[in-house]
Amino acid sequence: MKRRALLAGMGALFVGACSKVADSKVGSSLMSAAEDWHRKAHRALSNRTALVREYAKSDLSPYFRGNGSVTVDTDEYRQHVADGFANWRLEVGGMVAIPMSLSMENLRRLPQRTQITRHDCVEGWSAIGEWTGPKLSTILEAAGVSEEANFILFRCADTLSGQEYYESVDMVDALHPQTIVAHQLNGANLPIKNGAPLRMRIEKQLGYKHPKYLTAIEAVASLDDIGLGQGGYWEDRYGYQWYAGI
Amino acid sequence: MKRHFLSTRLWHWINLISVVILFMSGLNISNAHRYLYWGQWGFSPEQAWLAVPRFPGWATIPNYYSLAGARDWHILAAWPFALGLLFMWIAMLINRHFWRDLRTNRREWRPKAIWSDIISHLKLNFDHGPGKYNFLQKMAYGSVMGVILPGMIFSGLAISPGFESAAPWLVDAFGGRQSARSIHFIFAWAIFAFMVLHVALVLLSGPIGQMRDMITGGKA
Repeated sequence: MKRRALLAGMGALFVGACSKVADSKVGSSLMSAAEDWHRKAHRALSNRTALVREYAKSDLSPYFRGNGSVTVDTDEYRQHVADGFANWRLEVGGMVAIPMSLSMENLRRLPQRTQITRHDCVEGWSAIGEWTGPKLSTILEAAGVSEEANFILFRCADTLSGQEYYESVDMVDALHPQTIVAHQLNGANLPIKNGAPLRMRIEKQLGYKHPKYLTAIEAVASLDDIGLGQGGYWEDRYGYQWYAGI
Repeated sequence: MKRHFLSTRLWHWINLISVVILFMSGLNISNAHRYLYWGQWGFSPEQAWLAVPRFPGWATIPNYYSLAGARDWHILAAWPFALGLLFMWIAMLINRHFWRDLRTNRREWRPKAIWSDIISHLKLNFDHGPGKYNFLQKMAYGSVMGVILPGMIFSGLAISPGFESAAPWLVDAFGGRQSARSIHFIFAWAIFAFMVLHVALVLLSGPIGQMRDMITGGKA
């Protein structure tokens, strides 16, 4: 009995020490440094434009799970659904030479990329889907993105716990050839649960980096003044890793 | 000549801390999606080969459910774990610990020799030559050092979407991303089982001397 109490005590001490470390300045900066080392190692070990695996149609999962926001609870969005998203606009702004407001028709007329890729959720599950849409790089080039822009910010129509969803990636992921603004899943218009009418595909990162219900793309130099400064909804609110390639 | 090399002792304790943090934060991560699959994909219970029980707070880091917090610990401890193992392997090959103590010879693989080894283990007879491992010890340490621990690193890399394009064959080698995740989970429990056995045998074979030697090096 004594030994068990001792073991429990040691366990509690260890776990207590862990939460102290995690909450301390040194601990949390060590953790974000470790996240950074993973990103740098990933980028050092593969070509920046190296593609992730693309699958065959026979590999598609039977359906594509919806997770996080599965709709947008506003009258405006319901009106868009009723209109078949005919009036949906994607704003392209921030540090670009030519700010643009793109219609769905504009996006469909751009050169398209179709890719069958695996989607990995931070929770652990995976699904395989076929996505179609223009490359983000095509849009950024057309808008004349500034050399000084370091990040691309994605604004969304949906909210979680009353907060606007947003995400960001650096230019390496933004310009990656498989980073597309998807308007189709498995050959049909995006279902509502998967982000209709537009969602990002950031194939080298986990699912929370692929924002849905996309309304705007902004080129920025720094993420400090956006939201709570951590670069995304899950990063700001719950301390999730900004680099989600791990 | 010491019983344990300095490199062995250093790695042993760094590895212990890393593994405990990785295991307990891993249980917290497991709680985020308690189903395991084979193949590339899987996302709902009916596709799973195993529904994992929810691990209680006292077994996890942090001691409440936090996927983000657990991932912070996991991502951090992965570094000393992986680099430590690399260091240990290099040290082990250079200082001949591997060749002298871990490598098996043909004589030891004879069924009769294996059987007598099992018998002496069951009799808790720990009296064998100093600095030399018997066959079962070589098997246990060899498979942990050579298969299970590296397997954790490689399956962990195979789960990471950012690493995939660096070595796409790695995911295939495991039979898909969800297979790699399943193997990551199974190997984690293999390490746990090894630790239970390891600690039990240390306790049975004179824990004070064993602990002292793993700290100071002891005498050969």
